[in-house]
Amino acid sequence: MSSRFFGFSEMAYILAMVVYITHFAFRKKAVGVTATGLAVFGFVSQTLAILLRWREFYMLSGMGVLRSIPLTNLFESIIFFVWCLMLGYLIMEFRYKNRSFGAFVTPVAALALLFINLSGMSTQIEPLVPALQSNWLLAHVTLSFISYSAFALSFSTGLMYLVMTTDNRREGAYIFWTVALGIFAAVLIAMGLDYARFHAAMNSNSFVKDYLFKSTYKSGSSAVQVISYLSTAVFVFLVWRYGHALKKIIGGFNLQSSVLDEITYKSVAVGFPIFTLGGLIFGAIWANQAWGVYWSWDPKETWSLITWFIYAFYLHARFLRGWKGRKIAMVAVLGFVAVIFTYLGVNLLLSGLHSYGSR
Amino acid sequence: MKSFLDKVWSFFSSIKLAIVIFALVALTSIVGTVIEQQASYAENLRVLSSLVGQGLAPAAYKVLYALGFMNMYRSWWFLTLLSLFALNLLVCSIDRFPAIWRIMRTPVKPIAPDQMKRMPLKDEFVVPGGPDSALEKAVSAMKSIGFTAKSEKGPDGSVQLYAQKNAWSRSGVYVTHVSILVILLGAVLGVFLGFRGYVDLPEGFNANIVYSNNMDMSDPSQVARRASLLGALYSGNGDLQTAAQSLNESLPDFEKDLRSVGVIPLGFQVLCQQFQVQFYGQTDMPKAYRSLVTVLENGKPVVSKWIEVNHPLKYKGVMFYQSSFRLRHDLSNGVAVLGIRSPDGQTETRKLKIGQSFSIPGTKETVKLTEFNPALAFDDAGRAETYSQMMTNPAVKVDISGPDGARSSKWIVQRYPETWSLPDGSSVGLTDFWGVQATGLQVRKDPGVWVVYLGCILLALGLYVAFFISHKKIWVRMAPDKKGTLLTVAATCPKNRHAYEREIEKLVKHLKGGNQI
Repeated sequence: MSSRFFGFSEMAYILAMVVYITHFAFRKKAVGVTATGLAVFGFVSQTLAILLRWREFYMLSGMGVLRSIPLTNLFESIIFFVWCLMLGYLIMEFRYKNRSFGAFVTPVAALALLFINLSGMSTQIEPLVPALQSNWLLAHVTLSFISYSAFALSFSTGLMYLVMTTDNRREGAYIFWTVALGIFAAVLIAMGLDYARFHAAMNSNSFVKDYLFKSTYKSGSSAVQVISYLSTAVFVFLVWRYGHALKKIIGGFNLQSSVLDEITYKSVAVGFPIFTLGGLIFGAIWANQAWGVYWSWDPKETWSLITWFIYAFYLHARFLRGWKGRKIAMVAVLGFVAVIFTYLGVNLLLSGLHSYGSR
Repeated sequence: MKSFLDKVWSFFSSIKLAIVIFALVALTSIVGTVIEQQASYAENLRVLSSLVGQGLAPAAYKVLYALGFMNMYRSWWFLTLLSLFALNLLVCSIDRFPAIWRIMRTPVKPIAPDQMKRMPLKDEFVVPGGPDSALEKAVSAMKSIGFTAKSEKGPDGSVQLYAQKNAWSRSGVYVTHVSILVILLGAVLGVFLGFRGYVDLPEGFNANIVYSNNMDMSDPSQVARRASLLGALYSGNGDLQTAAQSLNESLPDFEKDLRSVGVIPLGFQVLCQQFQVQFYGQTDMPKAYRSLVTVLENGKPVVSKWIEVNHPLKYKGVMFYQSSFRLRHDLSNGVAVLGIRSPDGQTETRKLKIGQSFSIPGTKETVKLTEFNPALAFDDAGRAETYSQMMTNPAVKVDISGPDGARSSKWIVQRYPETWSLPDGSSVGLTDFWGVQATGLQVRKDPGVWVVYLGCILLALGLYVAFFISHKKIWVRMAPDKKGTLLTVAATCPKNRHAYEREIEKLVKHLKGGNQI
């Protein structure tokens, strides 16, 4: 039952992405209202879907309601991440009365949901493994994802800021965002290729880890590997060469870059304390209860710390060094790259204690 | 000499040093997440081969090994980095304290009119009526948004009201930084006053020592010493006193020796009564790993508890965590725990080894246990096989001989009650097969953990104050004007300005004589 509503929300978000971008380009009120309508519809379906899955999980697991929160594998965590992101975005849209950010936030949401399909991860409800049977699951995981969503917002607005304010191809900030965007897109394309090649073989018992990048960067044939890296480089070059186009699209509209800067900061200012409390502190307390050690330099913990360092750097640079504008926007973008790695990269590429998200 | 000290001080209090340390910790940590820590040579050679190719992997391993990256979070240079980080933070904290204290203690003062105009939030307007009624209104308006104002009369007949609130919130950043020092202090306390160890206990066994996780087994002389001390302990039947005597040592000296080779005496005994894995329904998906553990003092039971993942046992500051389990190699000492129900409904529990037999009350049947299988499965030809190295599907095979000499045999499987019934209507259920599993417990003592938690609480509070509470100041000046009174409002607020702006708007509305608040 829940899967039908997940389907609705995915469709709605993808459509919303298209309509938000159209609205961004043509500024028609009716288009904007449609976009918001789609986003709200998607959000409501997704909320229903999460609640239904929670109920299904509760019936199946036979544990308490709080322990049955559907946040126990990669699929469920991505769904929750997108939910938080859209909630944060909709609040921002109503508060700032501005739909332009939608064109940058809904693609993140839609891509995250597409990533579920592309990676072929398991969408089954699975019983809770003993390590996750704790009330800390709710506090640790929900707060972590709320902070990830806040960081995703700061990433979107930071990236927008960079696109809007750079035009010189030799400039560091321009190179930074085109390369970051290029690699981001290339990795998604590589996953798409994995999907095209392996999706018949994917089932609920196979790990994403086993076939991730196997048709490109980690292919058995070194020729394919070399070609993959080369074409990535060419792709990044093209993004760099023609990145202006994106600026031109955005350029005509009076988005104030100072507003973007402020939203970037505010999202970090909300995300950082929540991440510290929910991600690091609650994680440490839970780890102490489950494994008997509050900090073990497990890759997930280490990457959380690196992420924390980057955002701590963001705050210090802003307040003590007075960094503003492009420099600080780059730090925000970099911070979210670390978030993605903490969240996905660690589970998909490294090994360690936090292996729940590998399927 | 003073200038040299000053230089050292300013070096350690600089934000640049902090950023360099941040960057170094982050970059080296990344290497540490790629290379598996404390893993085998083969494991990391595989990791390195996938990164630099098979040809270069051994050389890369050698270099990284020499640099300490195989156990980098405990290497001298990483600990030095963390110490530098702590020192930097400490010096910064001491350095900034006077300034923060001053800001927090400084009362707000009246300011000159041209200064008011330069404030980030300001408004100016004229209201009808004399300064007295304006003053009264202003005091109550300021009170309504939480300010208790002081006033000062100017030489030109003007009056200025001024106030501030939440000056203490300036300490939020400070508390955040200090909290990190508290957490690091807690970690250091844990390292020096606590231990991390493990113990492997087969069902029915007890231990009065555990093995440290941080023992370096690469030093052959240490390993030999450890073996000889443990040898003495075993020949003394595990009794520390006896072992100490056999080595002509005092008990405290012997305990100290043991600790130096990574063997930690507990001062009491832990006994594993039983270990079990519970599964979801009839699947192999584990629902719970649990060990019934009893603490013994001088051989007498004191506490018993089912230890589960997320539910450790705590005794005398030592925590016992469910960490692993295994099936023992030797299954011959296992005891089948059978729940027997005779055809007339009588029940009894019997414990029997393989090879033993029993009769069921009220029947003439004799049942003999002939075989145990920890993970029973049948191959295509219907032959019994063992499909896993764990006790996932325990079963015993029984031979049943009836009074008329008829014999039959069958498997009784714990998970499937339909296999429990015998031909004459009685039932033999397999409750447990005891004595063939061992539980692995992590054993920790960390008196520093409460300091760490205190630091965490401070960190959370500090961040909350630093991000969500702001130091607000406000000035309202009332000067006589041709049309009445000229009011000038000025305010500052370092963060959350939008919220403060709304408060100021509310105040201005009130001052203009509009709606009552």
